[in-house]
Amino acid sequence: MTQDNHNNAYKFGMVIDLDKCTGCGSCMVSCMSENNVPFKEDESNKRDSITWMRVYKLTNGKSFPDTEIAYLPRPCQHCGGEGDHGHSPCVSVCPATATDYGYDTGIVSQIYTRCFGCRYCMGACPYHARYFNWWDPKWPEGMEKYLSPDVSPRMRGIVEKCSFCYHRYQAARDKAYYHGDKDHIKEEDYQTACTTACPSNAITFGDLNNPAHKVHQIVKPDPHPDPRNHHVVGKSRNPKVFRLLERLGTNPKVYYLSEREWVRKQGDHYLEGEWDKIKNHHGTTSHG
Amino acid sequence: MDSALIPEGAKRCSLPKFSIGMAIVGAVLLWGVWAMFLCWFKGLNQTNMNDYYGFALWIWADLAVIAVGGGAFFTGMLRYIFNIKELKNIINFAVIIGFICYSSALLILAIDIGQPLRGWFIFWHANIHSMLTEVAFCLSCYFAVLTIEFIPNILENRQANKVPFFHHLAHNMHGIMVIFAATGAFLSFFHQGSLGGVAGVMYGRPFAVREGLLIWPWTFFLFTWSAAAYGPSFTLLVTKMTEVITGKKLVKDNVVHLLAKISGWMIVTYIIAKIIDTIYWAYVTAPSLGFKLSHFYTDNSFYGYWILITEIVICGIVPGAILVIKSTRENPTLRLVAIILGTIGVCLNRWVMVLQIMAVPVMPFDTWALYIPSWQEVATTVLPVAYGIMLIALAYRYLPVFPQEKELNSVKPITESE
Repeated sequence: MTQDNHNNAYKFGMVIDLDKCTGCGSCMVSCMSENNVPFKEDESNKRDSITWMRVYKLTNGKSFPDTEIAYLPRPCQHCGGEGDHGHSPCVSVCPATATDYGYDTGIVSQIYTRCFGCRYCMGACPYHARYFNWWDPKWPEGMEKYLSPDVSPRMRGIVEKCSFCYHRYQAARDKAYYHGDKDHIKEEDYQTACTTACPSNAITFGDLNNPAHKVHQIVKPDPHPDPRNHHVVGKSRNPKVFRLLERLGTNPKVYYLSEREWVRKQGDHYLEGEWDKIKNHHGTTSHG
Repeated sequence: MDSALIPEGAKRCSLPKFSIGMAIVGAVLLWGVWAMFLCWFKGLNQTNMNDYYGFALWIWADLAVIAVGGGAFFTGMLRYIFNIKELKNIINFAVIIGFICYSSALLILAIDIGQPLRGWFIFWHANIHSMLTEVAFCLSCYFAVLTIEFIPNILENRQANKVPFFHHLAHNMHGIMVIFAATGAFLSFFHQGSLGGVAGVMYGRPFAVREGLLIWPWTFFLFTWSAAAYGPSFTLLVTKMTEVITGKKLVKDNVVHLLAKISGWMIVTYIIAKIIDTIYWAYVTAPSLGFKLSHFYTDNSFYGYWILITEIVICGIVPGAILVIKSTRENPTLRLVAIILGTIGVCLNRWVMVLQIMAVPVMPFDTWALYIPSWQEVATTVLPVAYGIMLIALAYRYLPVFPQEKELNSVKPITESE
């Protein structure tokens, strides 16, 4: 285990093919069901309802008949933080160490019983991946029997977010241990709920450090810091793959894939002329 | 009826009149207390905060009262460490204002957190990398210091002072006050700074993030500087308000002029630093992250360039200039305008560094988020104001807060004659 680039540890991440995503919302539903995510009677105000996985709708801004749309599922990005040292935007600010970075997995955790609800992590997260429990969770009568026993429900007044289905990692780890190979979790043994639920196979999940894993083969992460922005590590060497707001140096472990240029461009902000300079060799050279 | 408690030689209004005033403000206070209990028992769903606005009106109020309460530590430092004797005539009041501001800040934080009973986790499970941890430690310690600084003044109450122990205790505490003033200044530098750091370290928020020195972003230093600059202006403003309400001159002009001059020079130096910071952020930091300055001030119905101009020019350069120039500083009307503008300026800065940060979209496909506070938020924000008015009224009535009051009002009421 190391605190730099996690060379000897797992580094779980995912790549989402936006050209395959139909925006059906299966990932959102499976996530809520798997993780006992509470809901409100009236869910019309999306700014105070909890969706660990949220699907955004992107458009190319053109009018009919040139209009194109894409759907962008956004789980917690499990940022490695500047330089990929584990100081994620949220982890570094939490005053009570209620959210932590797993150097053995690359997963950003949330300790529900320690969070006291200051919401600083929510302010620090540029992806709006963190949600506050404004209400006590209430389940329709009988529904509590369908709650997953592997995931603790959360109480009012604390923050929660996507955990990359950490309980599934724990189960996979137990299985590997049982079979006598505790250091090698099989790719198929640890898959998140959203990954397995996606009907179009848009989500690929696995160990970004393991060349045998499909996610690694698609992303081809560069283990070296970006020469033009040393905060950025793990940039994809696949020119069709990008990360959200990569320039901020948050180093997410969620990558996106698209053949469409206008979709890739919506992954970050660019000043005039910048995109044209980098678009053709995005993935091989960086922007600083 | 309560004349035995009123400082010797001081004239105060009748107890019934005082009680009516207190009852009116007390009603407002109770309104705030009711809202506070609603938030505690029903939860933060009583507010209009949401997942985009995790920090909202309360955090602004928190930062604003701490900023304007900065007059206590800075005046204390000038009085006890730099030994500027004239300031002894206003230091009691500065301490009381600081006490009110900091106790209010702690109360607001207690309401603001989602699990108030777990508030102590910030000390028990402290994350040393978090600016908020530093805020919690320094804020609590400094509040203890302010309480210690306030105690001698309380013990100087006419009746309490008759008790020999209290009399000697107050006397001896005054004697060692330099230690507490130094401790208070040290703690204040850090908590004012770390409040600035709260925003400056959020590198996921290009509107907030700043480069800096070692682990401290520039906002760390700017917050301390601005609190030291504008805090004394707020002390002068509240002093002026107290003088108007009581109809008495309470502090001599030379003391007011001195504090105004110090505040003015601090504002001028601060605003120069702020302008440099803003230019560097606008032309270097934000563009390096792909953001144009216009991204932060356009495409929404509220946050325009006006807020930047108001904060820096109208409520920064203007009050600074008025207070450093002798003729304008000694003009009571212009001085009043300057200290009002200054107070608004620092509060506006805290607003920008809390609410505008939350409002600006960061993901390219996201939108601006605007928010209107609920009545519960407004009531709990007004609560500290009502509490402050009541505490000032009680302190003014029963404690020798202003050493020059007797002299200034012994023959006939003196008004500013400039």
